Order: sequence, then structure tokens, then C-alpha cells
Amino acid sequence: MRLNELTIKQASAGLHQKEFSVTELVEDCLDAIKRENKNLHAYLDIFEDAADAAQKADEMLGSKYQSVEMSNGLPSLFGIPLAIKDNILIEGRRCTAGSKILENYTAAYDATVIRKLKNHGAIFLGKTNLDEFAMGVSTENSAFGPTKNPHDHTRVPGGSSGGSAAAVAANLCLAALGSDTGGSIRQPSAFCGVVGLKPTYGAVSRHGLIAMASSLDQIGPIARSAEDAALLFNAIKGKDAFDATAVASDNSNQLPAASANYNFLKKIKVGVPKEYFIKELDIKVEKVVRSALEKMEQAGAELIDISLPNMPYALPAYYIIAPSEISANLARYDGIRYGYRHQADSLYNTYALSRQEALGPEVKRRIMLGTYTLSAGYYESYYLKAQKVRHLVREDFRRAFDKVDIIVGPTAPGLAFKIGAKINDPVQMYLEDIYTVAINLAGVPALSLPAGTVEEKGVRLPVGLQIIGTWFSENKLLKIAGAIEKILTP
Amino acid sequence: MTITGKEVEHISQLARIELTDAEKQKFEKELSAILEFVEKLNEVETGEVEPTTGGTVLENVMRPDEQTSQDLEGKSAELIGSFPDKKGGWTKVKAVFD
Repeated sequence: MRLNELTIKQASAGLHQKEFSVTELVEDCLDAIKRENKNLHAYLDIFEDAADAAQKADEMLGSKYQSVEMSNGLPSLFGIPLAIKDNILIEGRRCTAGSKILENYTAAYDATVIRKLKNHGAIFLGKTNLDEFAMGVSTENSAFGPTKNPHDHTRVPGGSSGGSAAAVAANLCLAALGSDTGGSIRQPSAFCGVVGLKPTYGAVSRHGLIAMASSLDQIGPIARSAEDAALLFNAIKGKDAFDATAVASDNSNQLPAASANYNFLKKIKVGVPKEYFIKELDIKVEKVVRSALEKMEQAGAELIDISLPNMPYALPAYYIIAPSEISANLARYDGIRYGYRHQADSLYNTYALSRQEALGPEVKRRIMLGTYTLSAGYYESYYLKAQKVRHLVREDFRRAFDKVDIIVGPTAPGLAFKIGAKINDPVQMYLEDIYTVAINLAGVPALSLPAGTVEEKGVRLPVGLQIIGTWFSENKLLKIAGAIEKILTP
Repeated sequence: MTITGKEVEHISQLARIELTDAEKQKFEKELSAILEFVEKLNEVETGEVEPTTGGTVLENVMRPDEQTSQDLEGKSAELIGSFPDKKGGWTKVKAVFD
């Protein structure tokens, strides 16, 4: 086994026991990137100097943490090579957000999550591809070309965090960060067969994340196990003076400490919403999800049929709220202070031509839509109406969590689709998010866990199981996910 | 709800995005399709419902009015360096008033 195939947990143990060095771990990742990235296009930028950071870490291991006992004092992510979605700022590195308008933009400071990961000893391998400004479900909207699904290079990896999910699935890093506004961590995690967590709105600071829709955006981990996702989440969470929405995590929702063999599924009440099993759901995906639910029941979980009656309205509400906020947030890309500028004869034309030439079709579509829904005469019938529906969606979850511990359903309605299959039909593309956007509207945490695979023309494609928890219950959610992981992987 | 070519032009001006004729036609069709899709919201009775305006229930998060970080301390050269056009320490733009 190559070192780049390890989980964070395994790699940390190996480093602590001095079985291998940080340099060996990082070199295995960089070698894999060199071999695979030209086919997959998971990374937009590769940090060759990660090897220097690894060497520095090894020097520390040789002096400050000489013995195995001393290495117990190492920070939780010491020497762990990670990939970062290219809408999160790392000081001194290019940050494109997958857009031509930021093609040559260099970040002047670290995002809060990056500062925290650095403090935890992590090493960055590079920046991963995404749909332009995180708008999309396939990475086909990246101005720099799509990422391929590692399971089948003719298919999309999902999006918008498709580069991060593909990099984790193809062992081009140990784990990664993504961002999720309507499903952008969970859907690519499902398509690539990895674990992706969207934390509670407010659990993780967005300072240094290129804003898309500010009342929905969250940063979260993509990893190869629930345990790894928990390690990353606990490293990046918490209050931050630079993002007023970020709060100190409430630990009241943690499960009690228990022995390794404790069955976290015993007597857990699992809500199964009927609105998730509808005609849009691919029957092959449904079969895998139903089988996972059965196994959970056999392990002692109690399945309870529930209803989230406003679920069918979540997607239309999202496609008013998100574009409205996008149209405001993306007004800053005007060619004045940074990014691409068309030198025109007037100020108006500088704005209008810079934006015409350097923004892609989906970004323009959403800015146009949001400008319309916020414009005079339409605000009440669109934006205000959608915010009221958002309230109802949130209330559905609040009521459901009075009765159940978690809610489980599919992450996406279908399997990873062929590159190009949906590119000309925006509404079809938007339907990919049918099971994920309600969670962002409500602000609750949710993760996607590999549930099994479906054979499609000789290739096995992963299916994601979505597990939703109540507000600020990430650690409980991740423990339950870890238990489900054990019964699903033989 | 359909959207007219004239409305598309008006929105593109508000959004400060110049559009080609082909783009105008495409957006007329696509935006109409999306607006038709979101029309589903009219099925929901929302008379007495309070709008949810954000992701949290926080109100008025306060902090002392003091510098709390050195994040951008000494970074003026980097920030000025990213101006597309500059003169000294200033970003250079076309006249705001004619």
C-alpha cells in the first residue's frame, strides 16, 4: 500500500510510530498527483514546495518530538497532506474560484480555516477545481475545464467541490476542504464515493471563503472515513471575529464517550422522509439506499416514517434566494480593485465588458436571475416569498427532530452522469440538488456516506447515503456515520 | 412567468453585464424556464409566515471596536499589487462623472 492511500488516522499513527516520515507521505501524494492529475484535472494548482514543508515537519519530528512518547503531543493534523478547494484563500497562492475573472488573483491573507489547519500542522498539496464561483453540480462550469470522475473518466465527479472529492477518491491527498451552498460538498462526495460533511450554518468561519450566497455558504471536510471527517471538522470549527455568523460549537449534542465496540446505532431513531423517495429517484440508487436502511435496522436502529411536507418547495425557494444573494456578492467583480479588467472608454463599459468577457454562462445566468428577483416590483413576489417558504422548510426539520435523532435518505437522485449530458438544460442540472438544498435553507448539518455501488455499463459507480442531524450535532452525526460505515463496508 | 427581450436588456444593464444578441436570446428562454420552475412557490400559503432572513438566529453580534488581528498589517503592497491598473498607491479608473 502506498502512503497516499492511508486515512488521516492511519497516517498519523504511522508518523507517531516513526514508521515513515512526513517527506515520504507527501512525496507519495505528489507522485500520485503527477501521474493522475493530467487525466483527472482534480487540481488547478499543485504546490511542489509541499516537499519543503514536509522536510521542515520532519526536522521538528527529529528534534522536538524525538521519541514515540513525545509525539503524543503532536497537533492533530501534523504532517497530513490536504487539498483545498480553490475558493478558499491561502496567503501568497493564486485563488481563481474557477473563474477567468480571478485567473491571476493572488490571496493576500489566509482564510480562518487555513490558519487553523496550519496551526494543526497540516500541509497543503494544492488547490482543487470547482464550478465557477461554486455554481454548479458537475465542475463543467469551471473556466479551466472539467474534472473527471475517478471511477469513470467519461463522467462528472459532481460539484461544485468536484476537484476536492475526486482528489480524495483518487488518493491524490489524504483529505480535502470543500464548500457547500446547496449540496456542493455532499453531491460530489456521493458521486466519488467519499465522506463529505456540510456543517451547521455558523459552525465554521467563512472568512477567506469567496462568497457565493452568504446565508447558505459553509466550509466542510471531504475525507475517506467519518472519523477523518471528524478530525478535520474539529480542527476548523469555532467562533471567529471575522465572520459574525460563526459561533462557538455547542457540545451538548455529543454522544457520551463509549468503548470502541459500543453500538451507536442501537435504539437510534432514524427518520425516513417520504419526500425523498419520489419519482425523480433512480430506482437503482433507491435499492442501495433501502438496503443500507435495512442493515441499520438489523443493527438496532428504529426506522420511523416521517414527512417533510415543504420539501418540494425547497429547490424553487433556493433558486430565488441563492441567485439573489449571488447577484449582490458578485457585484465586487467589476475590474476595479482586482481581477480581470477590460480597459474601456467609460467606467460603465469597464464594468460591463470586464464582466461580459470574464464571467461564464452559469454565473451570468444566476446574476441576471438574482438581479431580476430583487428588482423593483418583484422583490415581494420572489425574494420575500422564498424567505417565507424557507421558514416553513426550517420548521419541518425542527418538528422532525422532536421525534427522531437523524434523518436518512439519498444524497442525489441519480448516479454520476456523463460529461456534457446536462450542460444545455439549467433546470435539469438544478434538479441534481433536489435532496440537498433544503438542508442549507434550514441550516442543519448533513453528510454523505458511501452506501454501496451500482454497476453501469461495466463500471461500478458509488451511491451516497445522506445523513442529516439537528443543529450543531456534528459530532453525534459523525459517530453515527462511523457506525453505519462499519456495517456497510464488509 | 415569461421574461421579455426588453426585460433581459434592462436586467443586463442593472447587473452591469454586456450581452451579445445570441446571449440575450438564450437568457430570455432560460430565465423564463427557471421563473416557470420557481412559480411552484405560489402553491404555498404564506400569509402569516415570518420570513427567515439568514442562516442563524443571531442578532447584533458585537465586538469591541479595536484592531483584533494583524491579518492585513503590512500587506498594502500585495493589495495594491492586485489593482488591474494603478498610479502610485492608487487604483486608476475612468472618470466617474462626465
